Amino acid sequence: MNVAVCVKQIPDPATPGKLDPATNTLVREGKLILDDSDAYGVEMALRLVEAAGGGEVTLVSMAPNSEQSGLRTGLAMGAHKAILVSDPALKGSDALATAKVLAAAIKRANPDLVIAATESSDGYTGTTPVQVAELLGFASITFAKKVTVSGSEVSVDRQTEAGYDEVRCALPAVVTVTAGVVEVRYPSFKGIMAAKGKPLEELKVADLGIDAGSVGWAGAGQRIDSVVDAEARSAGEVTEDDGESHMKIISFLEQLKVI
Amino acid sequence: MAISKIWVVAESNGDKLTTSTLELLTAARATGATVEAVVGGDATALAAELGEFGASKVYATGSVGGALLGVPVASAMAALIAGGNAPDLILVAQSYDGRDVAGRLSVKLDKTVLTNGIGLSVDGGSVVVDHAVFGGTKIVKASFTGPGPHIVLIRAKSFAAESAGGGAAVVEAVAVPDAGATNGATIVERHMEERIGPKLDEAAIVVSGGRGLGEAEKYSMVEALAKLLHGAPGASRAIVDAGWVPYAYQVGQTGKTVKPEVYIAAGISGATQHMVGMKGAKNIIAINKDKEAPIFGICDLGIVGDVHKVLPKLIEALQARG
Repeated sequence: MNVAVCVKQIPDPATPGKLDPATNTLVREGKLILDDSDAYGVEMALRLVEAAGGGEVTLVSMAPNSEQSGLRTGLAMGAHKAILVSDPALKGSDALATAKVLAAAIKRANPDLVIAATESSDGYTGTTPVQVAELLGFASITFAKKVTVSGSEVSVDRQTEAGYDEVRCALPAVVTVTAGVVEVRYPSFKGIMAAKGKPLEELKVADLGIDAGSVGWAGAGQRIDSVVDAEARSAGEVTEDDGESHMKIISFLEQLKVI
Repeated sequence: MAISKIWVVAESNGDKLTTSTLELLTAARATGATVEAVVGGDATALAAELGEFGASKVYATGSVGGALLGVPVASAMAALIAGGNAPDLILVAQSYDGRDVAGRLSVKLDKTVLTNGIGLSVDGGSVVVDHAVFGGTKIVKASFTGPGPHIVLIRAKSFAAESAGGGAAVVEAVAVPDAGATNGATIVERHMEERIGPKLDEAAIVVSGGRGLGEAEKYSMVEALAKLLHGAPGASRAIVDAGWVPYAYQVGQTGKTVKPEVYIAAGISGATQHMVGMKGAKNIIAINKDKEAPIFGICDLGIVGDVHKVLPKLIEALQARG
C-alpha cells in the first residue's frame, strides 16, 4: 500500500511569529521545521504501510523557498521519499491554490491513501486536506483518532462533539489525523543518516502543469486589508505561592459568586 | 454588488440547532440580507428554530444514508448555485462537519474560503472577515478579491446568538446529486461518550491542565477540581499531543474556543496557540511554576507555584465546604 502524507514546514512555534509589514502575511523565512501535527501523519503512514506488509510512504510538501529540513525529519522517521513543490510563484497562495498544487503533486505518488493533519500549527486553515480530496476525486474522513486499513477499506474512529463515529470508506481516500492518533517515534541516528540519501524530488509549479498565475498572490481569492491590535487584557494580581494561595483562589471565586 | 442573500449551513444535535448555528444566523441577520439555511438531513424538526433566528427558508437534503455530511451538503449547494440560485455569502461553522462542507464546496465552486473567522462585516458588496493571530493580540482583517459566493468558516462563540422571533422557515427539499467515489465515507456506528457535567464550550467554569502537571495521571486533579466547581475539564495542546487526554478536551487555536465566567489554567504556560482559545474568558486564574510564563500577562489572579501543591489544597478546601 502506498501512502502520501501532506506535510508542512513551518517556522518554529517556540519563536514569536512576525508579520511582513508590506504584505501582512506571516514571515516564513529562515529555518523551517516539520509541523508537529504532521509528525502524527508520518507515523500513522509508516505503521499502516508496515501493517500492510509493504509499500511506500511519500511526503508531499509545498514551500516558496526550497526548504527541506522538515522533509528530512520525516524521511529520518522512515518515509521513503519526498516531493517538494518549491517556487517563488507560490508565495501568497490561499488554501485552494495550495490544495491544487498538493493534489497535482500527490497524483505523481499514485497513493492508495493520503494522510494529512487536521490543520497546520501556523496557518491552521483546516480545509486544505478536504480540498485536496475533492480535487483528486477521493472520499475523505477528517478528525481521525484511530485509523486501520483492511484490504481496500480504511476504518476510522472520527472525533465528534458527542464522542466518536466509526466511519468506513473504500480506498483511495484522504484521512486527516488528530494529534495523539499514534505515538510518534523519534528519528534514530541511523534514520537521520539514511534520510540524507533518500530521494527528494523538487518541482516547480510549471512541472505540475499549473499556471503560475493561478497560484500565489496572483491567484489568491483573498487579500489582507489591515492588521489591528486586539483589545488588550491587562494582568491582575500575581503572587508567589506561600502555602496558602489556595485560599486566595477561593476568595476570588467567592467574590465572583461562582461558589 | 450588495450582499443580499446569505446561506447558513445549519448543524443540529437531533432536533436542536447547535449554538454555533444560532450564532451564524444572528450574524447573517445583522447584515440586513435575506437569510436562508441549508441542512444535511431532515429539517422538519428544525424549521421553527431556524425561523425564530431569522432564516426565511431552509433547503434540506433529506436522508444522506449514513454518509458524512460534507460531500452531500456541498454537492446539493453546488447544484442549487449552478441552477442559478446563488447566495452572495455562505457562512459555515468551524466544526467537524462544517470544515468538510466548506472544503468540498470551495473546490466545486472554485472559490477560496476564509477560515477561522471571529468577526464579520459587510460593506456594500465586500465581506470583511476578522481573524485572531499571535495568541489573539492582533486581528487580521481579510476580504475576498473576486465575485461570490464567498465562503466563510466562523469559529464558535464569535457572536452572541439572539432570537429574532420570526415564524418557522419554509422547508424546501433539495436534491443531492450523485457525487460518485467522493461520497464513499459512511458512518457504521456512532459512539456517545459519557460526559458528566457541562460541555467544555458551554461551561461557566473551565479548569484546564497543561504540561506542568508532569504526568498523565495528575490530570485527575484537573477533573476533580472541575467537578467540584460544576465546570468542565480542558487541556492545552501539549498534553493532547502527548496523548494524556483526547483531542476533544483541547482549548486553543487548534481545538475549542471557550469564554467561561472563570478559566483556571493549571500548569499551562500560555503558548499563543492556547491563549487565542481562552483569552475571552471573563476571569482567568493561573497557577504555574515559572513566573515568566506568558499566562501571567493576561490573568486576573496568578499564583506562581507548583500545581502539585496548590491544586490538592484547593480541592480539599472546596470539598470541606461541601
